[in-house]
Amino acid sequence: MRTIQRRHVLRTIALATTALTVGAVAGFHSEAAAQNRKSVKIGYAISKTGGNAGGAGITTLPNYQLWVKDVNDAGGLEMPDGKKLPLEIVEYDDRSSAEEVVRATERLATQDKVDFMLVPWGTGFNLAVAPLYDRFGYPQLAVSAVTDKAPDFVKRWKNSFWMLGGGHDYAGALAAIVSGAKAAGTVNGKVAMISVADGFGIDLVTAARPAFKEKGIEVVYDKTYPAGTSDFSPMINEAKSSGADAFVAFSYPPETFALTQQAQVASFSPKILYLGVGTGFPIYGKNNGENATGIMSLGGIDPSNTMNADYRKRHEAVTGVAPDYWGSVITYASLQMLQEAIKRKGLDKAAVSAELASGTFQTVLGETKFENNQLRQLWWTGQWQNGQFVGVMPSDRPGASKAVLPRGEWKKK
Amino acid sequence: MFIAALLSGLVLGGTYALVAMGLTLQYGISRIMNLAYGEMIISAAFLAYVLFSNLGINPVAGLVFAVPFGFVLGYLVYGVMMSPLVARARDKASLEIDSILATFGLLFVIQGVMLVLFGANFTSYSYLNDPVTIFGATLATNRVLALVLALVLGGGLYLVLTRTLWGTALRAVAVNPAAAPLVGIDVNRAARLAFALGGALAASGGVVISMYQTFTATSGVVFTMKALIVVIMGGVGNILGALSAGLLLGLVETFVSTYIDPGLTLAATYMIFLAVLLWRPAGLFGRIAR
Amino acid sequence: MTRFLPPILFLAAVIGLTCIPLFADSYGVTLGIGMLGYVTLASAWALFSGPTRYVSLATVAFFGIGAYTVAVLSESMPYPLVLVTAGAVGLGVAIVVGLSTLRLAGVYFVIFTFGLAELIRQLVTWYEVNMTGTLGRYIFLPVTPEGIYWQLLALATATFIISWWVGRSRVGMALKVIGDDEVVAAHCGINIARMKLALFAVSSVIITLVGAIQAPRWTYVEPTIAFNPTISFLTLIMALLGGAHRLTGPLLGAVPLFLLFEWLSAHFPNHYSIILGLVFIAIVFVLPRGVLAFVEENWKRWRRREIKKLPAVAE
Repeated sequence: MRTIQRRHVLRTIALATTALTVGAVAGFHSEAAAQNRKSVKIGYAISKTGGNAGGAGITTLPNYQLWVKDVNDAGGLEMPDGKKLPLEIVEYDDRSSAEEVVRATERLATQDKVDFMLVPWGTGFNLAVAPLYDRFGYPQLAVSAVTDKAPDFVKRWKNSFWMLGGGHDYAGALAAIVSGAKAAGTVNGKVAMISVADGFGIDLVTAARPAFKEKGIEVVYDKTYPAGTSDFSPMINEAKSSGADAFVAFSYPPETFALTQQAQVASFSPKILYLGVGTGFPIYGKNNGENATGIMSLGGIDPSNTMNADYRKRHEAVTGVAPDYWGSVITYASLQMLQEAIKRKGLDKAAVSAELASGTFQTVLGETKFENNQLRQLWWTGQWQNGQFVGVMPSDRPGASKAVLPRGEWKKK
Repeated sequence: MFIAALLSGLVLGGTYALVAMGLTLQYGISRIMNLAYGEMIISAAFLAYVLFSNLGINPVAGLVFAVPFGFVLGYLVYGVMMSPLVARARDKASLEIDSILATFGLLFVIQGVMLVLFGANFTSYSYLNDPVTIFGATLATNRVLALVLALVLGGGLYLVLTRTLWGTALRAVAVNPAAAPLVGIDVNRAARLAFALGGALAASGGVVISMYQTFTATSGVVFTMKALIVVIMGGVGNILGALSAGLLLGLVETFVSTYIDPGLTLAATYMIFLAVLLWRPAGLFGRIAR
Repeated sequence: MTRFLPPILFLAAVIGLTCIPLFADSYGVTLGIGMLGYVTLASAWALFSGPTRYVSLATVAFFGIGAYTVAVLSESMPYPLVLVTAGAVGLGVAIVVGLSTLRLAGVYFVIFTFGLAELIRQLVTWYEVNMTGTLGRYIFLPVTPEGIYWQLLALATATFIISWWVGRSRVGMALKVIGDDEVVAAHCGINIARMKLALFAVSSVIITLVGAIQAPRWTYVEPTIAFNPTISFLTLIMALLGGAHRLTGPLLGAVPLFLLFEWLSAHFPNHYSIILGLVFIAIVFVLPRGVLAFVEENWKRWRRREIKKLPAVAE
């Protein structure tokens, strides 16, 4: 009995060691990559599956694909000496897990030894990989990350660039719109507000409360709901009976769609209707048609910018889907900036980072420049007008459309 | 306000009940813990979407395609994947583990196929999104349709299971699969049928849900979990149990959202569910000795 | 001589693994962290679920508690104390949960534990939103990947030793009886409830610590990140694949599966899900009782064939 047991233990330990050694051999040996420059290696880890796949699939991934195609069709990425090198892409699925995105990024940096990395989708994941980009010296053009802490992050991670502003920017613009409408006598200055219990919703709502207060706007209903809520009728009923004629929801796409539908069912037609992420999705305009008109959200475009219009057409032709009206164009612009910086400085990561920080670039947004590593030429509020989601705030920015308030009643189909 | 909350709750619960009834058949009668259940729902939702947006077939008519699709899918899955597992299972516990693992794999396969076909984007369209007024409360027609469908299917299935010989055979298999052959019941056939029926119910749920809810290729898990909670609360294999547990869950969510805090709706769901489990481990309508 | 061989081999393996960060590159260490993390999770899971046959999906509840405790306390306490606190919180929750739920059996326990993980996530979210007014916390701890690797290795080693000790102690025997038949176990005078509770607590504390140790790698923690239910599922699959009833089963499930995931996500990012699913189904059909059982059966068959060739010798 004893010997059998001992043998049994021995055998299992032998097996275990073998398994671990196989693992070690498979993983711990990095292959020495031969550095003969025939191409430029670009890598990214992105959520292709899991909870973040929906967001990444509309704002980020199609733009990466479009850019790669654009560059390769043009003969490759131009170097300072005029030589063009084709792009070689390494792509990983982070499965919407923070641990995976960290590991995949480390793999891109040390195993694949990519020349440049493109960022993952989402505020949390951009923060998760930021220390790695910093350690390996890659510039990080964080697009789909809304954060008020960008100035702190820039100090901590010198090569990080934050391109979508923070909650205060968006909330402040919204408060200005409401107070402007109040001054003009369009609305009564009472706001009903709901927000998703997620990093994005909470960031915005905590910024919105003081912003409204400062402008003398009364928030009469203020609730937070868990992500994944599908039935908003209780909240809509409360908002309807609260006496507010402005309704604000810092929501995520599925909830934005649901809110729009359920507000129609409940004939809830506030004079200002502001919804969160998803309002700027092309499918939103398509599904709601005329009824989208007047609805406000984050982001927007300048309808007179022909480069942007051209970009939107190409995006749809190449990827099969139209870009959204908020993060998409910024994502593409970030890639153009990277491309231009490489053209000026070559493949030296530090030089490219320095160029990104100080240079001025021509992108689909027009002339683009970072201020303290942040992109500030953004549309803080947009509104659906004539089938397009146009930027209305900041109102003094060239190309701004005028906000049309109040928005009309829902149209019956 | 109270009436509005009550009716909204019932309508929301109708969706939950509709989604859960198929799973209760699959788990109660066929004894397969089907983790890929939500993926079956989503695939029917995509089917309805494609029929509606490409061919212009309205989703209610789409049910004519989706329900047989779900039935055949369920039939095939059971026939090809599950029956070998059932045949080799030594006891209930080992079948449970095997079916969890196998359907977990199936979940990824179906999800992967949908990702390749449709991408990871949010999909939504709206149909029958018109207000209807019942007892002074305004409700969405498509959601009321879900409730009506749940009641009709639930009631119909209940009658079939209790009043027909065929239904009695299915229930016999649910109660004691080992003894059922002794009275001349083909257990394998009954289980396959129940599983296929579950698939058909999942498909009808998917079609109705697609009318008002945004979905992605990866959102099936959410439905599986909601369905599982309803099934366990109602008692495994119990159609009326699933129906009432679904409605109860909808009511709880709506009342919490209206009178306490919308932020606590999901927490309340899980709390009620855990309480029911502790108080009556076999569910509200289940017998203790299963 | 052979009596000392297993411990010596074990020691050698641990020492070997300890040295890996000294010569491996940063990706190697990352891979090691991922592997050790799952090996520990799967072993800890099997520590409770293997002998009792309770299938738990609460793994991520404790994992998340660990991660969140670190996120909350990392600024205000020295790191070792944070880890101790995380373990204590995990222990407290495990005891409360254990006392109330371990009378559930079978699939009810499975679903309960899943519900528990979701409930805790919802409550943490609600608390953060309403009480602290923020969601998402930053962890800026000066912990290097190597440091995390070594901590996880220490934890994995400890888990292994505990499993080994439990497996051969009186407690382990008692638990095996519970797994086989609770009624018989009760008649033998085994205090089932206390045994189960003790194991559940130990296993939960280990899982909590894995979460606490790994959290600093993410920089930013919010409930959706910390309480990702995939962790529960992967842990369960890994342990079952290897064979939850054996000491090295979870290890043999976790390492190959982890490497498979890594390989698939690198080579087939677009068809990852489909291939993964097919592999799973194949595993269920080909290796129904886990890798270890499969290997042992074939080993026995091979040995028997060897023995048959010889003149009859008693084993």
